Order: sequence, then structure tokens, then C-alpha cells
Amino acid sequence: MTTRQRKITARAPRSLAASATTAALLIAAVGIVIVSGATGTVEVTVAESFKIVTGHVLPGMPWMSDGSLTSLQDQAVWRFRLPRTLLAGAAGAGLALAGALMQALVRNPLAEPYLLGVSSGAGVGAVVVITLGAAAAGFTLSGAAFAGALAAAVAVYLLARQGGVVAPTRLVLSGVALGSLLSAVTSYLTITTDAQNVFSILFFLLGSVAAATWPQLAVPAAALAIVFAFALLRSRSLNALQVGDETATALGVDVNRFRSQLLVACALLTGAVVAVSGGIGFVGLVAPHVSRIAVGADHRRMLPVAVLGGAVFLMAADLAARTAAAPTEIPIGIVTAAVGAPFFLWLMRRGRASGAGMHR
Amino acid sequence: MRLAVEDLSVELGGRRVVDRVSLEVEPGRRLALLGPNGSGKSTLLRSIYRVHRPAAGTVRVGGDDLWRLGARDAARRVAVVAQEGGAEHDLTAFQVVMLGRVPHQRGFGADSPADLAAAEAALERVSARDLADRPFALLSGGEKQRILLARAITQNCPVLVLDEPTNHLDVTFQLELMQIVADLGLTTVAALHDLNLAATYCDTVAVLRDGRLVAFGDPDDVLTPDLIADAFAVRADRIPHPATGSTHFALSPLKDSPTERKL
Repeated sequence: MTTRQRKITARAPRSLAASATTAALLIAAVGIVIVSGATGTVEVTVAESFKIVTGHVLPGMPWMSDGSLTSLQDQAVWRFRLPRTLLAGAAGAGLALAGALMQALVRNPLAEPYLLGVSSGAGVGAVVVITLGAAAAGFTLSGAAFAGALAAAVAVYLLARQGGVVAPTRLVLSGVALGSLLSAVTSYLTITTDAQNVFSILFFLLGSVAAATWPQLAVPAAALAIVFAFALLRSRSLNALQVGDETATALGVDVNRFRSQLLVACALLTGAVVAVSGGIGFVGLVAPHVSRIAVGADHRRMLPVAVLGGAVFLMAADLAARTAAAPTEIPIGIVTAAVGAPFFLWLMRRGRASGAGMHR
Repeated sequence: MRLAVEDLSVELGGRRVVDRVSLEVEPGRRLALLGPNGSGKSTLLRSIYRVHRPAAGTVRVGGDDLWRLGARDAARRVAVVAQEGGAEHDLTAFQVVMLGRVPHQRGFGADSPADLAAAEAALERVSARDLADRPFALLSGGEKQRILLARAITQNCPVLVLDEPTNHLDVTFQLELMQIVADLGLTTVAALHDLNLAATYCDTVAVLRDGRLVAFGDPDDVLTPDLIADAFAVRADRIPHPATGSTHFALSPLKDSPTERKL
């Protein structure tokens, strides 16, 4: 074997590690779906949960018609627990993906999905509906949140644009400034509304997937699928972009166009997630970093791990949110930060993180 | 592949930084772009790798208008070692070199053996095989420059653009880098500050001052003491190099106005 061949094979373990991580996360995702189906007031065992889920997915399973499962169990798992777990998964995956894309496109490790003002825009939309009532506002809560999210993202984009160019620093600063303004609006509406509304507002702002239904899943899942496919197809361009605008240009990436496409993708994806699950924090910031620590900064490996990692993390967080203080539910955003922050800090302090930009 | 800059003007923030410059480089020849700081060298180069769109004039690569080619097609013709270090990322040195394959690849998937072999060969060419698995951000200035040159080689383009490639390099690697570039045999444009490197390693020199081309041609004809005094405001004495016999410039301050530039 020549030295050159040896060099190439020596680099293979990294991609093997990425494949192994991806596989492990997939198994974990399926495991959490089954376990969360077996968790709640209506008694369902893990085996029964598995039967119900597979029975709905695959046709002709004998246990669906032999009377071994009650319709109450079936309802609990299929109508209530599964959609909320899957929504948590879709939200985690979507926020992780949007976070990874934002970090690449503004080249800033502090970037996260809400940088575009999306969450504060959604917050204003949702709070308007909560304070005025859905009928008076003419919007559903989700519709208003989605509209607010997109309006904020468009405003940030237009503010950051100058001479047809969207510069990363202007984007970050416009996002932060507009975000503060919108948060002030939300705070004002919250403080001046009836006390009974404050709880609903807080629940939305902290994020929750408790009321998930199957139809609610459609939009975030579709947005996730489309943006994920787009990001994977352009993952080499993302690698070039994270080095620098000039470098990316010299490598054949039309930087301005690509950045605009990414911004649209991030805004739609984040808006779709926030509209149904509220402003779940932390996962979009941290899942991409954890993924980089695990498999490196190449987006072809990093994106699948970040997406699956975000999904698993948020599904697990939702499971914790509804069991830790049962029968009371803890808002999922509190769990993600309370569990995620120490975990991330521990990971960051470990030696391997120095290879993933933590030395800067 | 022939590179021709025709009547090129570039404006930045309303100011004309490059003013009606025309020059050409024949296939496989090397052009040194000289001039004091702020004379428009980098700006001119940036319009050759499609960062600054010209206000007027054209850049032709192999006869085609570079700014009418697609971004990818252009990146298959012109490779760049720019000044932008780009150290704010987490890629390994090998991953940075592999970026050179981006204009040649499509979609999602593993790199082909040919792509990997091109990167390995480029690393070998710049004597940086042992740097491959280190984080790029932790390399020294000279090591980074080796990797960036390897990336440009991996890009496998007929035209190579270098923006002050010897900045921050020790003298050994300055000579080594220029020799590597000369051995590549590509159509090359390099912005340089060192007149001696320019005269030794380049076939042609172009001298810019205030965005205008003030001289263009063979180094021996162009780099006269008068022109150097005029463009750089230093005194240059041409002496034969004691070891190689080639022309060497000994620089000293101008007597009449040591600091003030002669206009």
C-alpha cells in the first residue's frame, strides 16, 4: 500500500463515525417514539405501544383486530401521544437544521434560528391573537404566529440589504435590533392584558407541543423535508461559505443568491415550526455545535447528525416535560435549557471540542 | 489559457479604484502585479475572481467574458489564493484542500477517489501531507498558506490568481512558494510587494499607481530606477546578484524627498 492510499484510508474512520452516529440516533428516535407512546395516564406497555404504532403504519397486523388492545389505548397512543412526540421531533430537527444553516450563512457561532426575528415576530402574532381573541384578530393562533414570523424575517432581510448585498454583520445586527423591538411589543401586550391570558402567552413563548394533532404536523414536516433536501444538495457550497464570502465566490458559489435562498429556507422552516410549537429555545443553537463536535464541520456529515440529534433531543425533552412533574406539564423550553445547557457545557469542556472551533 | 483584462475599471463606494487598465497574460506565463499599497492591485485581482463586478471593461479567460460565465464555470477556470485567511471555521486542513473540488462536484455524497487523489497530490506538492488532519484554524501563517495553495492546485484551473502570496512567510518559504507556482506552469497573475521575487519568478510585470497602469512588459525593460522611484518613491539600484547573476534591486530612501511621494 502506498503512502497516499494509506492517507486516504486513514481518513475513513471519520465518515464511519458519522454513519455510526447517524444510525444510533435513528434507533434512539424510534425508541423514544415507542417509549413516549407508553407514557401517560392511560396504561399502555412498551410492547403495546410498539404494536399500536406498527399496526397503524403497516397494513394487516393481526393484533389490530384481535381485541388485545382497547380502543382507549389506541386513541391515547395514536391520536395524542404520537403526534406530539413527532411534532417535538419535527420541531427539534427543523430548529437544529435552521440553526446550522444560520451559523454557516452568517459565520457566527452564536447564530440560531431566531436570529431573523422569527420567534419575536411569531410572539407578537400569537400574543395579539391571545389578547384580542382569535375571532377579533381574524387569525388562528398558529396562523398569526406564522404571519408574524415571516413578516419579521422579511423586515430583517430588507433592513440588512444594501445595494443588493446582504452582509452577515448587518443581518445579525438588524435581527437583534428588530427582535428587541418586537419583544418590547410582546411585553407591553402581556403586561396590559387580563391576568388569565398571561399563562397562555408564557406557554406559547416558552414553547409547547402538548396540543399537537396530526394535521398540525403537516406543515412543519413538509418544510423540514424540503429544506433538508435543499441543504444536503448544497452542502458543499455550505462548506465553502463557512470559510468566507470571497473564498466561496472563488469556488464557484454565487454567494448573494445562495445566502438569500438560505435565508428564505430558514425563515420558512423556523416560521413553520414556531407557529405550531412556540419559541422552543436552545436546541437550534446547540444541536449544530454538538454535531460539529461529534463528526466535524463538513456539512455532508454534520447536517444529518444535527437534524437527527435535534429531533431526538426534543422528543426526549418532551417526554421529560410531561413526566418529571406529572400531572403538571413543564414547558418544553424550560426542559431543553435546564437539561441541555449543562450537557453542552460539559461537552464543550472536553478535549475533543477543541477540534470543533471551541478553541476560538 | 489566455487571460486578458481589457479597459477595466472598478468602482468601490463610488470611488474609481481601478481605472481603464488593460493587460494580458499568455497561456502558461506569469505576470507580477506591482504597486504601492492602495494602488488597486487587490481590487483588480478581485474582478478576475468575480468578487468586484467591473464598472466598465471586460475580463476574458480563454476568450470568454468571465462575468458572463456562470459562477461554477468561472471557478473551473480561475483558482485563487486570496488574502482572506478565513480562519473562523472548524474545517481540517484536508477539508479545506478538498474545497478545491467544489466547482467540479455536484450534489450530496462521498468524494470520488479521483477527488481525494487530487487533494493528496496537491498536499504533496506543497510538502504539507503531515498537516492534513490538523484543524486549519490552529495552523501557523506559513502552514495556512501552504494549505490555501494546495486548495488552489486541487481546483485544477488553467489560471491561477495570487494576492500577495508571500505575505507573512519566512524567506525560505517565499522562495519555495514562488518556485512551486513557477513549476505549475499555469497562466498566473500575482500581486507582489517584493520586486526581486517579481523579477526572478515572473515573465512580465505590470505596475499600478492610483488605479492606473503605468508600466507593463518584461521586468528588465520595465523596472528601471526611474520608474521605481516614480511608482514607489524609493531609490532602486540594479545590481547583478552575486550568486545567480540575475538582476537584483537594492532599495534605499530617495535623497531629495525621503518620505514624501513624488507625484
